Amino acid sequence: MSNENLKDLTTQVRRDILRMVHKVNSGHPGGSLGCAEFLVALYTNIMDRKEGFDMDGINEDLFFLSNGHISPVFYSVLAHSGYFPIEELNTFRLLNSRLQGHPTTHEGLPGVRIASGSLGQGLSVALGAAQTKKLNNDSSLIYTLHGDGELQEGQNWEAIMYASAKNIDNLIATIDLNGKQIDGATDDVLPMGSIKGKFEAFDWTVIEIENGNDIEAILDGMATAIAATGKGKPVCVLLKTMMGNGVDFMMHTHAWHGKAPNDEQLADALNQNPETLGDY
Amino acid sequence: MKTYTYTEKKDTRSGFGAGLAELGRTNPNVVALCADLIGSLKMNQFIDENPERFFQIGIAEANMMGIAAGLTIGGKIPFTGTFANFSTGRVYDQIRQSIAYSDKNVKICASHAGLTLGEDGATHQILEDIGLMKMLPGMVVINTCDYNQTKAATIAIADYEGPVYLRFGRPAVPVFTPADQVFEIGKAVQLQEGSDVTIVATGHLVWEALEATKVLHEQGISAEVINIHTIKPLDDKAIIDSVAKTGCIVTAEEHNFLGGLGESVARVLALHHPTPQEFVATNDTFGESGTPAQLMEKYGLNSGSIVEKALKVIKRK
Repeated sequence: MSNENLKDLTTQVRRDILRMVHKVNSGHPGGSLGCAEFLVALYTNIMDRKEGFDMDGINEDLFFLSNGHISPVFYSVLAHSGYFPIEELNTFRLLNSRLQGHPTTHEGLPGVRIASGSLGQGLSVALGAAQTKKLNNDSSLIYTLHGDGELQEGQNWEAIMYASAKNIDNLIATIDLNGKQIDGATDDVLPMGSIKGKFEAFDWTVIEIENGNDIEAILDGMATAIAATGKGKPVCVLLKTMMGNGVDFMMHTHAWHGKAPNDEQLADALNQNPETLGDY
Repeated sequence: MKTYTYTEKKDTRSGFGAGLAELGRTNPNVVALCADLIGSLKMNQFIDENPERFFQIGIAEANMMGIAAGLTIGGKIPFTGTFANFSTGRVYDQIRQSIAYSDKNVKICASHAGLTLGEDGATHQILEDIGLMKMLPGMVVINTCDYNQTKAATIAIADYEGPVYLRFGRPAVPVFTPADQVFEIGKAVQLQEGSDVTIVATGHLVWEALEATKVLHEQGISAEVINIHTIKPLDDKAIIDSVAKTGCIVTAEEHNFLGGLGESVARVLALHHPTPQEFVATNDTFGESGTPAQLMEKYGLNSGSIVEKALKVIKRK
């Protein structure tokens, strides 16, 4: 897909996110908007995926979302990638929906391979899937996404230590560096120092994407990351994003981490993101 | 009355090790993980024969549970090995979200369960693990009684699609079940037929129940003994059929009475066949250091306690 089309798709995904959380007056728009470009680029131009959905995902790239609260962007991108009807986004967080508040395999939603929501678990799962790929002589890659605040969960560091110790080099873990979490800036809640320095100290290859809301920068950075796989080390991408990107009043604040816009705010936000591919 | 004898004592964890080794030879999808307790879990043979299918995780049980969940994606059948305490309480949320809620085909194999872990004391002696695991939707919970049954169960759970908690122990205990048994998940095994009292036991308490039966027999009491190796799904029918005949029941387990086998049995009886019940279990307490035999005596988890509770429950009929 051309970069122009990717941008149009991103705008549509942004509208989906806003409308989904507005309808049920709940959900997490901030981080979702911040990762819209990344997930669109990943599913559309980066990952080598097969048609349809098979849990085992043999001979195709797999993605694991660890910070499950950004389910709105995940669901929208999955729907636009053909895993389920786009209209199903209408059921987000409703009773009897496959689109639970946080992603799950439990309701059989195609495209989801693990439940996430309780933070810090996705990297371990991805490492297991990466090791199964190696056992199966399957050369495709594992991608993951994690919040930066999520790195405060200790299980991540068990996994980060294990990945390099075991030379798991068929995995690209992306950290959404938006610098914010529920209670405020990560530097205020629990300063983590140099995340780059920490990954490097754990012997990972680290790639930085300075503007994680720029499609070209994402494609360039991920190409570098892919080139770094297969060399005996796990690969980490530090993706600097803007929480709430694309909606002016949701940016530069942590306030929209887990809050839905009201009717007026929705109208304002949608005006800033005119319809491109058509609303569901 | 049937006579049960044994020629040797062996630890149930060695049954796990033997079962895992056999799976290594027969099922290429079986993989094993351990958190720095290979020797304690008796996993050496599997590892020697299948080094590429073994993952040493280090002392990082949370990571181990997540990795196990991930290994299933692509068709592997992971068996995790560590002590029961570190297999459950330490990693409850990882099991809950990444394995149970995610419907992953992981076999959580837990050794050194209960008081019989012995001298290491209460930090390592979990008495709450059956409760923790049985509360998870979709989790199968198995507690085996001897070497042969543990080996058979280990092999059987590889063919079952879904998460399983397999609980076994540290000490050498009598080997009295057949080496060639077929292990059927969820199917209780009647060991003694009796008419005065039903004793349902799990794990190390099964042998104690058979010992208790001898003492009761000398007192003219006919006890039925049922080995409940699968606590979830529970064999409701076996329990109901037995109490319909005996009219009272004793449950016996190396676990807290809260959350254990006894509570599961009580629910079945309350729903279908209200029956006087007595519990041989720990009484909402932590354990402590001591030899396994000393601990089982002090906390009332042996044949003597079963006899005492049987006599008590018969009077309540």
